Amino acid sequence: MTTTAAYDEEGERDVKVLITENLRIDLETEKWECRSCDAPLIGARENYKRGLLVHNRDPREIHKPLLDPTKYELTYAPNPEWCRILEYYCPKCGSMVETEYLPPGHPPIRDIELDIDALKAQWKDRPELKEPPPDKDTRRRGAHGGQPAARMYTGDSK
Amino acid sequence: MNAPVTPEQQAMLDRFVRQNKLFYSPDPAIMENHRIEARSEIEERLLSGPVDAHQVNEIRGLLTAALDESNTMIEQMGAAPGAKWGDMTTGIFTASGDLSMIAPYGVGGFAAAVFYPIKFVNKYWTDEPTVGVREGDGFIHNDARYGGIHNTDQSMMMPIFWKEKLVCWISATIHEGENGATEPGGMPAAAESKFDEGLKMSPFKVVEKFELKRDLVTFLQNSVRDPKLQLEDMKVRLHSCLRLRERVIKVLEEYGEEALITTLRKSIEDVVEEVKRRIRELPDGTMRTMSFADSTLRESALLKLNMAITVKGEKITVDMRGSSPELLNRSINACQGSFKTMLYSGWMQNVWPDLPFTMAVFTPFDFVFDEKSIINGSFDTPQAMSLIPLFKTMTIASIPMAKFNYGLPHRYTAMVAPQYDQPATLIYGGITQHGEFTGNFCADINGMGQGGRSHRDGEHSVSPPFAAHCDIGEIELMEEDLPLVRLGAFTLTKDRVGFGKQRSGMGYEQIHTFRGSAMWGYMTGCSGSLFPSSQPLFGGYASPTYPLCKIKNTNVFEQLEKNPEKVPFDIIKLMNEQPIEGATYSTHPMAMTFELAAPGEVYMMCQGAGGGYGDVLQRDPALVMKDLEEKLISDDTARDIYKVAYDPVSRLVDEAGTAKLRAAERKARMKRGVPYDKFVKTWNTPEPPVKLPYMGCWGDDVSQVYGVMLGQRVKMDGKALQSQFMLNPKDVQIAALQAEVAALKKVTARTVSKRKR
Repeated sequence: MTTTAAYDEEGERDVKVLITENLRIDLETEKWECRSCDAPLIGARENYKRGLLVHNRDPREIHKPLLDPTKYELTYAPNPEWCRILEYYCPKCGSMVETEYLPPGHPPIRDIELDIDALKAQWKDRPELKEPPPDKDTRRRGAHGGQPAARMYTGDSK
Repeated sequence: MNAPVTPEQQAMLDRFVRQNKLFYSPDPAIMENHRIEARSEIEERLLSGPVDAHQVNEIRGLLTAALDESNTMIEQMGAAPGAKWGDMTTGIFTASGDLSMIAPYGVGGFAAAVFYPIKFVNKYWTDEPTVGVREGDGFIHNDARYGGIHNTDQSMMMPIFWKEKLVCWISATIHEGENGATEPGGMPAAAESKFDEGLKMSPFKVVEKFELKRDLVTFLQNSVRDPKLQLEDMKVRLHSCLRLRERVIKVLEEYGEEALITTLRKSIEDVVEEVKRRIRELPDGTMRTMSFADSTLRESALLKLNMAITVKGEKITVDMRGSSPELLNRSINACQGSFKTMLYSGWMQNVWPDLPFTMAVFTPFDFVFDEKSIINGSFDTPQAMSLIPLFKTMTIASIPMAKFNYGLPHRYTAMVAPQYDQPATLIYGGITQHGEFTGNFCADINGMGQGGRSHRDGEHSVSPPFAAHCDIGEIELMEEDLPLVRLGAFTLTKDRVGFGKQRSGMGYEQIHTFRGSAMWGYMTGCSGSLFPSSQPLFGGYASPTYPLCKIKNTNVFEQLEKNPEKVPFDIIKLMNEQPIEGATYSTHPMAMTFELAAPGEVYMMCQGAGGGYGDVLQRDPALVMKDLEEKLISDDTARDIYKVAYDPVSRLVDEAGTAKLRAAERKARMKRGVPYDKFVKTWNTPEPPVKLPYMGCWGDDVSQVYGVMLGQRVKMDGKALQSQFMLNPKDVQIAALQAEVAALKKVTARTVSKRKR
C-alpha cells in the first residue's frame, strides 16, 4: 500500500521508510521505530541496536540436541563454547527485531549504517510505503513445457 | 641520473620482456579486473550510431536457442555425474572475452569465470608464434587461479572467425570431478600444497582443425583416475562447442558480423546501465554481515568471512577486509577471481535474478580485499576446497542486500534469508563393481534447503546456492554405475529447519553404504558441525549444526537379511537406539579426509537447511500446524519455539491460548533482555576466547586480524596479513596421546611407589 505523506510546516515530508521486516525510520523525527508497536527506539543516525534489549541465548535452547548427548559429543546442537545467539528485542513490545550468531564475547556488528541525509533526499518525491510491495515468485518459462505440465498436477495453473 | 628512455628503446625493452617471459602465471591485470573491456574500434563504430533493437532481440533469441541446444547436448551426452545433474553450461563471449550470454539452464558461474582464461588466451597466445589463435582451435583449462570456480571444472573455449577476423568466443564447461588429486573426486581436503591438487591446466590449445589433439588428451588421461571420463567429456565439450559454432555461423551468414558484434556488446552495455539504475534506487549507506566456517577440513577452527557492502550513488563497494588470513597448508583458500564469480552467482540467484546472466552486472562494483586473505589467496596456496568460503560467499550477501532492498517501491524478487552454504555430499573413490577405478561426488550437493522468504517459507532441497537449475540425480542410475547403496535418501526429517516467521527449507538425510567392491572409501568436506552454517534474516534462527554419523564394524546387509525390522532408515533412530548389536556408533565433524570403509558400514549425513526469516512469534499458527502435519517439526518445537497452543490429537489451534502464550513470551523477553549499552559492557571481550582457534578480525575493526601459526595464536596488522601454517592433525593427536601416556605413567609410578612404602 502506498500513500503520499503530508508536508509539515518546514516543507519536509513526514515519511517513514521501511528498512527491515521489523524496523523503519521516521525521516522527520529521525528516529528508528519498531514496526510491531510503532514505538520510537533511538536516533536514526545511531546504531539501532542501542535502542533494543539483548539476551545472550545458549544455542542448545533453540537448536536442541537430536542425538543423545550422553552418547555423542556432536548432536545437531551448536557448541555453546563456539557459538551464542544474541536476541534483540523491542523494549516496548518484546518483538524479536534481529538475531546474531556470534562466538562468545565477539562485539556485535553494526549491520545497518545509513546516510540519513541522502535517504531524505531520495524519498523527497517517493510515495510512502506503509507495507512493502507484494512479493511474487519469479518463474521462468520452461523450454519444453515442463513447468506448465507440472503445474497441471500441482493445481497452480488454476 | 640515467638519460631518459627513448620511445624506440622502450619498445625494444617491452619486446624483449615479452619474448623472454619466464612463466605465464595468472596475470593480475586480468584476474583482478572483473569489469567489461572498453569498446573495441568496431564496437565503438557500431554502437555510437543508432542500433536496431528489433534485430538485436532477434539475434539474442537465436543465440539463446543455440546455447540451450548446446547445453542440452552436454546434459544428454556428458559422462561426468555432474553433467547429468546440470553442473555445466555453455556461453558466448565478445571478441575481447566478455561474457555476453549463457545457456538458460545449468551453472552460469562456470561461464562467468571463463572470461578470465579467454582474456588470457587473447593476451598471451594470439601473438605467441608457438601457439596462436586460429579458426578450428580449441583451448582447455581447469585451474581456478587462471579463472574458474575450482579445479574440478574443465572448459573448452573456441574462437569463432568470420572473414578471417575473430568475432566472438564460445565455451562449454562441465564439473568433471576427478582430476588426479591426492584424494579421489577432485576436491581434496587433504591437499597441503597446490601440487596435491591434481591437474592444473593453464589455458592451452588442445584442439586444432576442429579435432582433439590425441597426444595431449592421452597426457590428460594419464594424469587422472578415470581416463574414460576424461576422453568422453573432452569430446562432449568439443562437439557441444561445434554445434554452438554452427548456429553462430548461421547467424553470421544471415545477419552479418556487424549485427552479431552489436548484439553481443549491446547486451552487456545495457546490463551495466540497468545495474547503475538499480544501485541509484538503493539507499546510500553501509550494511555489514559475517559468517563463520568452523573447520579447515583438517581440524576445527573458526574462520571468519567478513563483508561490508557500501552503496554510494551508482557505485557498490564490497569490502571483505577482516576475513580470515589464508592457510598455506590447507585447501580451503580461494582466489579473488573465484570469489567474485561466486558472489555474482549468488547475487543472480537471490538479489537480481531477473537480469541477463553476464558478469557485466559487476562492472559498477568495486572490491576491497586484504592481501593473503582466505578469499584473496595468493598463487601458492592450495585452493582445491575453495567451496568452503565460496559457498558462504554466495549466500551471505542476501543479508545486507535485503536490508538495502527491503523498503524499495519496486522489488525484483522476494527478500530471502541465506540458503544452506556447505557442500553436504559424500565424495567417493575406489574400484566399482565393474572393476573400474573411479572417484567423484554425489548429486546431493544440489539439494540444499533455501532460506525463508519475505512472502513464503523456503523450499526444501531446492538447488545448490550457485544455480537454480540443477538436479539431484537418480539413485537407481548411480547404483548401476557404483557400488553405493542408499538405505535412506531424500528423507525430510524433524526439527532441522531454520525457524522463523517464514521457516527455511530443509535438507534431506543421506544414509550410505556399499557392497560389491574390494576397495571403496569416502570423504566429506563441510564445515558447520559446531557453529551453524546458514545465517538467519530479520530475527529468525539459523540452521542447526550437522554431524557426520558412522556405524562401523558391522555389515548392515547381513543385519538386513537377518532382522530387517530392526534397521530403521532414520539417522536419529539408528544413532540413538543403536539397534545393530556389536557395531560401533560415532559422530564426527562433517569434514573427513578420504578413508577406506568396509562393505556394509554405514556413513550418514544430512543436507542442510537455510536460515529462518523473521520472529518465530509472528509465524501463522496454522503454518506451525502444517509443519507438524508434514513432520518437519516436533510438538516440543511447536510449543517451545513457536508458542502455539493446540490440541495434540486434532491439531486444532487454540487461538486465545496461543495469543496468551505469545504475549507471555514477549513479556519474558522484555524481562530477560538487557539494554544494549549495558549488555556490551559485560559481553564484549577484547580478544577471542583463548581456547578458540579463531581466524579473522574481532568485531567491526578490520585493522587487526587474528590467526593461528603452528598451533599458536597470532595477531596481525590487517594490512599485512601473514599466511597461516597449521600443525599436522596427526602430530597434534600423537602429542596429546603422548601427554596422556606420560600422565598415566606418573600416576602408575606414584601408585607403585606408595605400594613399595
